[in-house]
Amino acid sequence: MTDVTPADAPVPMRDADRSTAWRGTAAVLRRVGLDGRSLVIAIPFVWLFVFFLIPFLVVAKLSLSEPAIAIPPYLPIWEWDGLRLILNLNFENFAYLWSDALYVNAYVFSIRVAFVSALFALLIGYPMAYFIARSPEPRRTLLLTLVILPFWTSFLLRVYAWQGFLRSNGVINNFLIWTGIIDTPLVMLQTNFAVYLGIVYTYLPFMILPLYANLVKLEESLLEASSDLGGRPLATFFHVTLPLSTPGIIAGFMLVFIPAIGEFVIPELLGGPDTLMIGRVLWNEFFSNRDWPVASAVAIAMLVVLVVPIMILRAAQAKAEAD
Amino acid sequence: MRAGTVLLIFTILGFVFLYAPILSLIVFSFNESQLVTVWGGFSTKWYSALVEDPQILGSAWISLQVATISATFAVMFGTLAAYVLMRFRRFRTRAVLSVMITAPLVMPEVITGLSLLLLFVSMEQLIGWPAGRGMTTIIIAHITFSMAFVAVVVQSRLSSLDMSLEEAAMDLGARPVRVFFDVTIPVIAPALVAGWLLAFTLSLDDLVVASFVTGPGASTLPMVIFSKVRLGLSPEVNALATIIIAIVAFGVGVATWQMRRAARNAG
Amino acid sequence: MNQTVSVASTKPWIAGDAPPFVRIHKVSKKFGDFTAVDDVSLDIYKGELFCLLGGSGCGKSTLLRMLAGFETPTDGRIEIDGQDMAGIPPYGRPTNMMFQSYALFPHMTVENNVAYGLRRDGMGRAEAMERVSEMLRMVQLGGFAGRKPHQLSGGQRQRVALARSLIKRPKLLLLDEPLGALDKKLREETQFELIKIQESLGVTFIVVTHDQEEAMTLSTRIGVMNAGEIVQVGEPNEIYEHPSNRFVADFIGSVNMFEGRVTEDEPEYIKIDSAEAGGEIYVGHGVTCTLNQKLWYAVRPEKLRLSRERPAAASNAFPVYVEDVAYMGNSSIFQLKLPTGRYIRAAKPNLSRYDEDGITWHEDVWVSWDDTAGVVLTL
Repeated sequence: MTDVTPADAPVPMRDADRSTAWRGTAAVLRRVGLDGRSLVIAIPFVWLFVFFLIPFLVVAKLSLSEPAIAIPPYLPIWEWDGLRLILNLNFENFAYLWSDALYVNAYVFSIRVAFVSALFALLIGYPMAYFIARSPEPRRTLLLTLVILPFWTSFLLRVYAWQGFLRSNGVINNFLIWTGIIDTPLVMLQTNFAVYLGIVYTYLPFMILPLYANLVKLEESLLEASSDLGGRPLATFFHVTLPLSTPGIIAGFMLVFIPAIGEFVIPELLGGPDTLMIGRVLWNEFFSNRDWPVASAVAIAMLVVLVVPIMILRAAQAKAEAD
Repeated sequence: MRAGTVLLIFTILGFVFLYAPILSLIVFSFNESQLVTVWGGFSTKWYSALVEDPQILGSAWISLQVATISATFAVMFGTLAAYVLMRFRRFRTRAVLSVMITAPLVMPEVITGLSLLLLFVSMEQLIGWPAGRGMTTIIIAHITFSMAFVAVVVQSRLSSLDMSLEEAAMDLGARPVRVFFDVTIPVIAPALVAGWLLAFTLSLDDLVVASFVTGPGASTLPMVIFSKVRLGLSPEVNALATIIIAIVAFGVGVATWQMRRAARNAG
Repeated sequence: MNQTVSVASTKPWIAGDAPPFVRIHKVSKKFGDFTAVDDVSLDIYKGELFCLLGGSGCGKSTLLRMLAGFETPTDGRIEIDGQDMAGIPPYGRPTNMMFQSYALFPHMTVENNVAYGLRRDGMGRAEAMERVSEMLRMVQLGGFAGRKPHQLSGGQRQRVALARSLIKRPKLLLLDEPLGALDKKLREETQFELIKIQESLGVTFIVVTHDQEEAMTLSTRIGVMNAGEIVQVGEPNEIYEHPSNRFVADFIGSVNMFEGRVTEDEPEYIKIDSAEAGGEIYVGHGVTCTLNQKLWYAVRPEKLRLSRERPAAASNAFPVYVEDVAYMGNSSIFQLKLPTGRYIRAAKPNLSRYDEDGITWHEDVWVSWDDTAGVVLTL
């Protein structure tokens, strides 16, 4: 034990309060209800409020306005003539969506495509996620990196790659003709099949990652306990693994299903002219027809469809976090 | 056959599915022939064509600027949002903030793009800003959706962070701002880097939102690629894809190596 | 080091003339509906090594965190060195804390971890480093200044955490389970080192622990907590030999407890009739109680004696059957069955290496104890 200074040695002054100028400013800000804490909250809050929440109100407003040949191409929904407030709410856009089979069909088709694609992504992704989660290190990290890697490369270019695969003189047809399995090229590009394929392909990592995160937490001892108590591998899977991985399945399914509904690039590049998904309809209304009010109505209708799946996703994620 | 073998084969097929198209992109970027998918001999002429294409180079430059700026702001705002949600237990706007920060993750791009465009148009009418659309509006749009992804990454790091680290700094005389920069930021630095790279990639990759909110003269790289691809296969795009994949693979390789080293040091 | 006057021997809490250094007055802390700390009042004096002892969730850590400023009391006031702590943030308090997890900054070297507090007070780098190396020498980590926390062993990390919390010479050091993460052997060595450091620096220590042996070894006084309340404050021997209620008697060490009623209440003695014991218990001193009052008699296993014959002079003796003997090395614990069916325990030191004629399993013997061996509890 070496010598130690006694406790009464002078304690250095706290200098944190050095700057009186800053203290003055802080006091003024506090008086108007702005301390450091609320400023820190305000920065992300105000940003998201202005650039995420208000835009939806603007879309809602526009969906109720009348299209016009003007810049911007719509009429205001209210007027003030000095004495009267004239509201001009136009529900025609929604009536139009409902009456025209093209829009209704596009909605139904989008939901079907998104649902079937999410189902296939689950069927392919689950065994992969399971295999990766049960792999020993360092193979596990390597495989996980391989799953994430395509996500870092351009989405657009990966869809483009499938064009090269699927076209009539593309890689698949060339290979099949070369081996002599077929004589005439199969028509794969510009079909609904190509759209399903493209969605499953690009969204597969979104399915695998939440499933992996869930399955990797599954303790080996639970599986051992099940087989020790007489459960065969399949029984163990259905009675232990599958029930415990439900949050991961729901999260993965929704992470594919929700964005796939509004997908534009994949039906545009891989689908045919009649592959009408709702995102593509919105794009065309906006860019080709320049009908902003109808495009807004399409967006609002799409949001309504998405509310329930988004709530399911949030619940699944909350459950996964609680575990 | 054993269940394990079936799984292994399945997983291998899964990875073939993921990687075959990417590999074919690379292979055919060295194709002599204009017909992208018919092999006509080895050549690097599409790379030369690429670096001489002013449209691609110009849009790439714009995209890099947009991605760098928006990723930087997205990391700042997203980190603040994550910090606020994880460390301030109770405040009035908490529920709204937590919904606003998670919703952009799953919002279809066409909706995000359309709604932001309409906002910009309305704002211009009301307050005269932003005057016209272009890089600024794209950057704002990209910050908005990227910060949600950054927030997710940072939140998960913060939730595994021992709170007593921050308390210890405070106990030793550091004020909250000081604690944030002395302890919180250095400890979550890997998550900030990951968040930045994610935001950068998302921005560089975005076609739909940028198409909505852009204006004359501001075409990003994905917009140029899209207009080329729409007209059919283009060997130049293959060359570009190969370059991007090489950069990404290199980046991920370095990152993995760094993390391995860090993990070894920690263990 | 030569200190003729030990801190413990001055006992300011008995003298009563010195003002308390830490005054906790009617402090409560509620988290929603849950009351973590319930109306606690406590005075702690300068130079004490005070232990807050209790099971998990008893509120001891919350009380410590309120002293450090991490939690705000729902009610009551805390004074340190005469100064009211209300509204003073952790970074403005004359206290420092050693965290259970140590909370060493992983991205800083040992040296920078320890210097952190000094630097925050605006001390120049050169001066701070001098103080740091002096402090590191004191905790015997002189050669480790440049290491990162993950390059240290558990015991070394514990020393760094201690050094970091002492470097600012706080008036009051708060330690949250300071030895909890160390293995048994290291913990015993470190206990005495902690006392040495505390005595040489003269800093007041408040230690939170769930380990009663640790509390006994370290402290000048112990505050036993249960369900958010302080149930007894006293010196270690006081807590052990004179527990003020059944919870403390049961929580500290091992005890045999009999419920009974007062049958004779005289100034020099009382008698308790206990159906559990199967007879009368004679207590050789006066007790403030009334006739027929229900109370409890507690006697520790090592105060009991075993014999094959009934000892003639014993004031308390009961026949028992030896059901089990557990050999512990330094002592043996006897599991005994009274004719009433109640089990009691007796401990016998193993004074000899050969005890072939010792009392063993399945014998009918007598257990006895002195009339001052036990304590009467009314709560």
